[in-house]
Amino acid sequence: MPQLEFGNPLIIAQIVWLLIIFGVLYFVLSTYALPRVAEVLEDRRRRIEGDLEAAQAAKAEADAAIAAYREASAKARAEAQAAIAEAMQSAQAETTARADALAARLAKQIDEAEARIGRARDAAMGALRQVSTETADALLVRLTGRSDQAVLGAAVDRALAARGQG
Amino acid sequence: MAAEGKTIDALSQFELATVLGPIGSSVGFSQSNAHMLLAAGLITALIMFGMSARAVVPGRLQSLAESSYEFVHDLVLGQVGDEGKRFFPFVFTLFMFVLFGNLLGLLPYAFTFTSHIAVTFALAAVVFVLITVVALMLHGRKFFGYFFPEGAPIWLAPIIIPVEIVSYLSRPVSLSIRLFANMVAGHVMLKVFATFIVLLGGLGAIGPFVAVLPLGVNIALVGFEVLVAFLQAYVFAILTSIYLHDAVHLH
Repeated sequence: MPQLEFGNPLIIAQIVWLLIIFGVLYFVLSTYALPRVAEVLEDRRRRIEGDLEAAQAAKAEADAAIAAYREASAKARAEAQAAIAEAMQSAQAETTARADALAARLAKQIDEAEARIGRARDAAMGALRQVSTETADALLVRLTGRSDQAVLGAAVDRALAARGQG
Repeated sequence: MAAEGKTIDALSQFELATVLGPIGSSVGFSQSNAHMLLAAGLITALIMFGMSARAVVPGRLQSLAESSYEFVHDLVLGQVGDEGKRFFPFVFTLFMFVLFGNLLGLLPYAFTFTSHIAVTFALAAVVFVLITVVALMLHGRKFFGYFFPEGAPIWLAPIIIPVEIVSYLSRPVSLSIRLFANMVAGHVMLKVFATFIVLLGGLGAIGPFVAVLPLGVNIALVGFEVLVAFLQAYVFAILTSIYLHDAVHLH
């Protein structure tokens, strides 16, 4: 086997050259080549991270905008509802107040009218006694030819009282 | 030349010969060294030209360069841990050098420098010196505690210590012989079956038909050898990483 002929000077030379070539290769790779790869890979990693971060930031922004929109719309709805409720309440209050005022005026008018009616009836009642007394007197004078004012007055009063109008 | 005189000559492919005429012979520069230089040049070219675009989205060559980088990087960091970053260029050089040596050797007329025990042993010796120096530098005298695990009964020391020392010293031997033997066996097999093709092909009328059999075997062997080329480079690199892990962490 040629590999085991260690007397061959080419085997030693081969090892010397191996160490030289391997050493130079190691130096070139570790000094120039591999840092280059590392740089590119690092660059890519940073870029991807940056893009992911930007995407995340954009997403957060969108989420915040949606939240703000939701809040604003909820607030607007609540405000609208409050305004409607207030308007309804005030309208109701106004209606009630107006109805109350109307009722009060009507009640007053009714009272006044009742009072007027009462007065008119009293006046009428007062006139009734006189009219009935005069009528009875005239009838009496026609029938009997005499008049007794006192008896007649008492009789008219009794009759009126009997009718419950005294 | 293999079938010359109807004999099987599977070993002459490993013979060293100087190249580059008188200059080469005066400095002992053999075809083996020429292939080392070619491998080193190809590795450097792969990385330098591959990464020259510095593209964010890599092309084919850049993908190849990057994936070889990341493959070895993950291997070293996975085995050694974060301290492995310092040794990554070394393991990368070793892995690529062995891999390219194995693969170049599969080309017709090429020489496989990893089929020389002297070469593989020199590489393994470099690894051995490195792990020993690293362990001594990081741990000083405590490194020798590596040969006697803590907690073992003291009366076992006469057995354990020699065993541990032998196992430690046998590392470069097993590392180099594994690679050497795999490459030699593969190339001898290829040569033997290739010789069969020629010998059987000369057997008159039926010769070419019979010669198809060793040809098929050889085709399968080439595929197998590609696998072995990768596998042995990987084994060399991962064992180096495991030894570095031991050197850095002492067990």
